[in-house]
Formats: sequence, C-alpha cells, structure tokens
Amino acid sequence: MSAPRPLHHQPALVALVAAGGAAGTAVRVAAEAHLPRPVDLPLPTLVVNLAGALVLGALLEGLSRRGADRGRRRAARLLVGTGFCGGLTTYSTFAVEVDLLLAGHLLAGVGYALLTVLLGLVAAAAGVAAAASWSRSAGARP
Amino acid sequence: MVAQRGGPTVTAVVVLLTVVAGGLGAGLRFVVDGALRARWAPSLPVATTVINTTGSFGLGLLVGLAQAHASPGTEAAQVVLGTGFLGGYTTFSTASVEVVALLREGRRGAAALHAATMLGGSVLAAAAGLAGGTALA
Repeated sequence: MSAPRPLHHQPALVALVAAGGAAGTAVRVAAEAHLPRPVDLPLPTLVVNLAGALVLGALLEGLSRRGADRGRRRAARLLVGTGFCGGLTTYSTFAVEVDLLLAGHLLAGVGYALLTVLLGLVAAAAGVAAAASWSRSAGARP
Repeated sequence: MVAQRGGPTVTAVVVLLTVVAGGLGAGLRFVVDGALRARWAPSLPVATTVINTTGSFGLGLLVGLAQAHASPGTEAAQVVLGTGFLGGYTTFSTASVEVVALLREGRRGAAALHAATMLGGSVLAAAAGLAGGTALA
C-alpha cells in the first residue's frame, strides 16, 4: 500500500467538498434572493454567516467527540463542514458590504463589521456548546 | 447586494452556473488551504486569512468593474464569479470556529489578532479591489 496522500490531493475528497460547497451556495443564493434587506443592514449575508458558524461549530465538536477524523466522520466533515458550511458562508461578500456601508455611513459599516464578527463567535461557540451538551446527554458510551 | 433580487438577467441558467461555481470555489479553498498548511505552519491559522483576503480582493475588483460597466452581461458575471465562485472560496464559518478554538486554548491575544487581521485584511483588500476595478474600468 502506498503512503497516504494528503487529503487535498485526493480527487474524491475534493469532489466531496465541491458537492457540499455547491449545496451551501444554493442555500446562500436563495437567502440573498428571498430574505428581507432592511435599510443599511445586509441581513441575508448576516443570517447565512451566523447559521454556518453555528452548524460548523456543532459539527466539528460533535465529530471530534465521536472519534478520530477518518472514514465516515472525515467524509461528513468535508461534505458538511468544509463544503456546505464553507459554501453557505462568505467572507468576500461580507467584506465588500462593509466597504460599501463605510462609504455611506461610517457607523453603519463599523457596526455591521463588528456585529457580524462578534455574533459569529457567539454562534460558533453556541454550536460547540450544543454538541458538547448532546454528547454528554447521550451518555458516555464505551 | 451581490445577488440583486429579481433582476431580469438572473435566470435559471445563471443560478445553476452560480451554484456550480460555488462548488468549484469551495474545492479550490480546500486545495489552497491544504497546500498552505503543508508548507507553512505558523502558530496562527493564516491559511484562512490568505483565502479570505484574496477572495475579498477579487470580489471588490469584480464589483468595481461591474459598477463602472453596468450591463446584463456584467451583472451575470458578477453573480456567477462573485456570489458563486468567490462566495464558495471564502468562508466565514471556518474563520469564526478558528477564533473560538484559539479562545478555548486560552490564547486570547492570538484569537483577537486572528479575528482582527482577518477582518482588517479582508476589508482593506476588498477596498483595494473596488478602487482597482473602478480605475480599470
């Protein structure tokens, strides 16, 4: 058996990430099209970014509590985490939105930037805490 | 703002291409992230910072160009390449989880530095892209 190739050199795993990324992008596009956009707040981007941070935090914590990163756990991490959550969320749209808001109202741009980053940390931490709590309530199985 | 709702040029074909481009962007992120981490292992997860700042520069450039050359074609290109490809390439979820991981390790300074360089770098890169796109147009 040959030495294991790095994950990012394995076409099947890159394809898994791409499939999840396409699905996440589809949800993001739907959110951008249908969620309301109140004055001065790019709500759709905020919502998808917070949702993705929450899910990724829960997923990675839940998977790591179940065991080593291999087999189905690795596939789930790449498809749902790196792929779906990464495709659902976007830093580029967020950054450009901050610049466009800054050009109009300094406070709106600064407020949107700090709100997004701080709530993103809260969402990711809440996901981690939720997964930890589920693992505990599921009992310490052998 | 990137995917303008209900625009006549945002057809089913554009949506399909956007979704495919998002998958390609995510695949590229996985490859770039792996390549950077294999060659370079500093104490901060800078691969995500590199990905998000380069993607933000690219989107700024696209938006700047599209603002100066408003047409159905440039709008469709902005949606497919910007919302799709660069949206799939960059990631907010990993950026947030990385900062939380640093905080859980008790590395508050590193966490603050990582969050600040990600935000500051991406916003500055997007501004440079916007200025460049407008100047090129």
